[in-house]
Amino acid sequence: MSYKYFPHTETDLREMMEKVGVGTLEELYAEVPQGIRFQGDYQLPSEMSELEVRQLFEQLGSQNKQLVCFAGAGVYDHYTPSVIPNLLQRSEFLTSYTPYQAEISQGTLHYIFEYQSMMAELTGMDISNASMYDGTTATAEAMMMAVAAGKKQNKVLVSETIDPKTLEVLKTYAHFQGIELEMVPAKDGVTSREKLEEQLSQGGVAGVLVQQPNYYGIVEDYTGFAEISHAQKALFIMNSVIADLAVLKTPGEWGADIAVGDGQSLGIPMQWGGPYVGYMCCTEKLIRKMPGRIVGKTIDNRGQRAFVLTLQAREQHIRRQKATSNICSNQSLMALFVTMYCSLMGKQGLKEAAELSYAGAHYLCDGLLKTGHFTLVYDQPFFNEFVVRYDGDADALQHRLLENGIFGGIKLAGDQLMFAVTEKRTKEEIDKLIELI
Amino acid sequence: MNNRLYGNLIFELSQEGRRGYSLPKNRFGHYEIPQEMRRKEDAALPECDEMTVVRHYTNLSANNFGVDNGFYPLGSCTMKYNPKINEEVAAMPQFTGLHPLQPAETTRGAEAVCTLLCRSLCELTGLHAFTLKPYAGAHGELTGLMVIRKYHESRGDEARRLVIVPDSAHGTNPASAAVCGLEIIEVKSLADGTVDVEALKELLAEHGTEIAAMMMTNPNTLGLFEKQIPVIEKLVHEAGGLMYYDGANLNPMLGAARPGDMGFDVMHINLHKTFSTPHGGGGPGAGPVGVRKGLEQFFPNVSPYHGNFAVAMRAYAYILSLGRENVKLVGPLATLNANYIKECLKDVYQLPIDGLCKHEFVFDGLMDKSTGVTTMDVAKRLLDYGYHAPTIYFPLLFHESLMIEPTENESKETIDGFIDVMRQIAEEAKTNPDLVKSAPHNTPIGRVDDVLAAKHPVTTYRAMFLSPLS
Repeated sequence: MSYKYFPHTETDLREMMEKVGVGTLEELYAEVPQGIRFQGDYQLPSEMSELEVRQLFEQLGSQNKQLVCFAGAGVYDHYTPSVIPNLLQRSEFLTSYTPYQAEISQGTLHYIFEYQSMMAELTGMDISNASMYDGTTATAEAMMMAVAAGKKQNKVLVSETIDPKTLEVLKTYAHFQGIELEMVPAKDGVTSREKLEEQLSQGGVAGVLVQQPNYYGIVEDYTGFAEISHAQKALFIMNSVIADLAVLKTPGEWGADIAVGDGQSLGIPMQWGGPYVGYMCCTEKLIRKMPGRIVGKTIDNRGQRAFVLTLQAREQHIRRQKATSNICSNQSLMALFVTMYCSLMGKQGLKEAAELSYAGAHYLCDGLLKTGHFTLVYDQPFFNEFVVRYDGDADALQHRLLENGIFGGIKLAGDQLMFAVTEKRTKEEIDKLIELI
Repeated sequence: MNNRLYGNLIFELSQEGRRGYSLPKNRFGHYEIPQEMRRKEDAALPECDEMTVVRHYTNLSANNFGVDNGFYPLGSCTMKYNPKINEEVAAMPQFTGLHPLQPAETTRGAEAVCTLLCRSLCELTGLHAFTLKPYAGAHGELTGLMVIRKYHESRGDEARRLVIVPDSAHGTNPASAAVCGLEIIEVKSLADGTVDVEALKELLAEHGTEIAAMMMTNPNTLGLFEKQIPVIEKLVHEAGGLMYYDGANLNPMLGAARPGDMGFDVMHINLHKTFSTPHGGGGPGAGPVGVRKGLEQFFPNVSPYHGNFAVAMRAYAYILSLGRENVKLVGPLATLNANYIKECLKDVYQLPIDGLCKHEFVFDGLMDKSTGVTTMDVAKRLLDYGYHAPTIYFPLLFHESLMIEPTENESKETIDGFIDVMRQIAEEAKTNPDLVKSAPHNTPIGRVDDVLAAKHPVTTYRAMFLSPLS
C-alpha cells in the first residue's frame, strides 16, 4: 500500500492498530451497519503518476482556446504582475487556515488589515470586511444587510442597469429570504431618478442598489440618489468595478452606505469564473451589521502591536439561527492577491492602468465608429466598456473574429455588442480587430 | 515580530514617488478622463518599489503557520497535505486565461474538467448529480437547503419550514437555514454522543408536516458515526422530509460508506477539506452540492459562472493522483491516526465518550481539572512547541472541548511527537501551571487583547490616526 501521500509503513500500521485494539483497518468501522458499508472499488481511473496527471491536464488544456479578450461584463483581462503568483504560492500563506490562533497567524491577519485599509481607501468608505466570495454574493449580502438593518422594510430597489448575472443571484437569495425586489427603470442606459423617487415614496424600502460603471460601461451621475434614499430611511448601496475607483468618484463621495463588488479587476486572472474575491465596505455606523470577518488592531501581552479577528459576536458561529448571514470564512488568499496588487501598483499605478484602459476603450470605440458599420447605443459617458450596434450579422462578425483568435465582445440583445478594453490590450491588437470588421 | 522593519504595515514603508510597477506606454492619443467623473483625492495607497513589496510579504509569511510548516490537528477542518502538482495544474495558462463568457467551443477542456470532477464526486458519494457553483462549505449548505425548499415548493408543500439539526451541529448549519428562510429545531444527543432517536420520533410526531429536512454530519462533530442512520433516514423520509448531509466530515467515509447509500438526498462537499485544495488562510474553498436523482432540476443560481473553477481543477488532479486504489485508504488511515492519538492520550485528557472515533475526537480538557489550566492554555502552549492548536471550545456540548483531527497524511513519528508534547503539557499543568497559563512564549507575538480590539475597533490604517488609542 505504499503511496506518496500516505506515510504508514507495515510496522506503523501494526503498532497503531494494536494500540487501538483492532486487527484490520476494516474493524475501525465496526459500528457502520453492513447494509451501508461501501464494498468493492469506486468506478474511478487507476492511480496516475504525477507526469500522467500533468499530461492529462495539458491535453485537456489544449482543447481550450486562449483568445485576445475584448469582453468584460464584470470580468476583465488585466495584467497580473509576476510577483503575485510567486508570493501567493508561499506555503505559509497557502496552506494555513482561518487565523483563529492569532499568535501564529499574524501574517494572514496583517495582510487582511492592509486589505481592509486599501478597500476602504478605494471605495472612500470607513470600514471594510475581510472579503467575501465574489461580487455577486457580496451584493446579495449587502441586500440582506440592508433589510436586516431596516427592521420592518422588506423591499430593495435595484436599478435596471446592474449586471443581469448579479441580479440572478440577488433573486435567488431574495426568494428564500422573502425579500421583495423591484426594478428601477432606466432611460438611455442610465437609472431614472424620477422613477426611483416615485418608488421610494411608496415606502417600505430597505435599500437602493445601483452599479457604477453600470453594466453597459456607462459612468452614471448618481447625484442626489443617496439623499432621496436616506429621506425614506433606505440604505444606498453601490456596486462598482473596484479598479476603476482609483480614478472614478467613489461610493463614499456619492454618499453610499454600503459599497460592494468584485475585486477581480485588481489583476486576478479570469480563470473561467473563479476564484475571485468580493469586497464589502460600509460606513462606521453600520460596522456591527456587516457580515463576514473583520480584522482589528490590538496589542499583545508583551505590549506589541498585533492584529486579531474581531467583532465576532456578529458572526454565524455565535449567532447561529439568529444569524443574518451564514458567511463562515473569507476569500483570504484572493484578498492577499489584491493586497499585493495594490501594494505594487500603488497610488499611481492603479490610476495609470485605469487611464490606459479608458484610453484604449475610447480608441477602439472611435475606430469602430469610423468603419461606418457601428453606432453607439447610448449617448452617455463610458469608462472602459461600451455598447455598439452593428449594421451586419453580429454572430457572423463574432465568428470571424474568433477565427482570428479574438473574443469580440459580449453579444447583448440582437445586433448589440459590448466591448471592453484593459491596459493589457495593445494598439496592434485593437487595430487588428478594427481591420477585421 | 521577526524583524522591526517588516513588522510594519505596507503603508508605513511607503515613500512618495516610489513605484513597484511598469505599464506599457499610452499610444492611444489623448483620451482624458473628464474631471467631473474623477474622485477628488487619490486613494491613499502605498508607494513602494518592487523589492520592498516582495520582502514585506515574504517576511509576513514567516509569521504564519501552515500545513507545510507542521502538524495542524485542527478538528473539523481536515488540514491535509495540499499537493504541489495541483497548484501547477491550476496555474496552467490554457485554463487561467479563459473568460467565463467565452464561446463554448473554446472552453471544451475546462468543461471536461467540471464534468469529470462531478462524475467522480457522484461515484464517491453515491449521489446522482453535482453543481460546482457554490463557493464554499457554508455556501454549499445554503445551496443545498435551497434545493430542499424548492423541492417542497414544487409539490405545493410550502408549510415545511423546519430543519432538524443535532445539538452538536456546526454553527453554519443553523445560520444557513436562517438565511434560507428556514427555522431550526434541535434534536438532543444521547450520552454516547449520537442522535437520540426517541427524541427525534417525538419531534417528528409533533412537527411532522412542517419538517423540510434533517441536517446531519456523519460522522458527527464528536467524530462519532451515527450508527442509527438507517433508522433516522427512514423516519425523516416517512415524515416527508429530506436528508441533508453536511460534507464537512466526509474524509473518514472515503472507502467506508457513501452518503447516498446512507439515505441522504442532498449534500455539500468541502473540496478544501476532503479533496486537498489549500485553505489559503480562510479561502477560497469550494462547496459543490450533490443530489439524488430528480432533485438536480432544483439547483439554484447562487453564483454566475462555474464556481471556484481553479479550486475544482486542483480537486480533480488530487482524485486522479489517488486513483481508485488509494482513495479508499484515505478514510481508514485518517481514522486510524485519530484513534491512535485518542488511545495514547485518554489517560491524561478527559475523554467524555469512549469508543471508536472516526477522523476526529473531542477531549473535554485535561483529566486533572485542579490545576486551573484550561483548554485555551493547552492550545496556546502547543504553539510554543511548534504545533497548530486543535479546534477549541467546539462542539458546545462540553465546557473545555479540544477537538483533534489528524489526517491520513501524518506519519507515526509526527503523531508520536505530538502525543509526547500533549503529555508534557499535561505534566507542566501540574508542575508549573503558570508557564502554561501565560503561553505562548516562543511565538512572534503573545496573547492578544481581544476585548480592546472589539471595544474600540480600529480596522484600517487610516483609522489608526483617528483613534485615541493608536
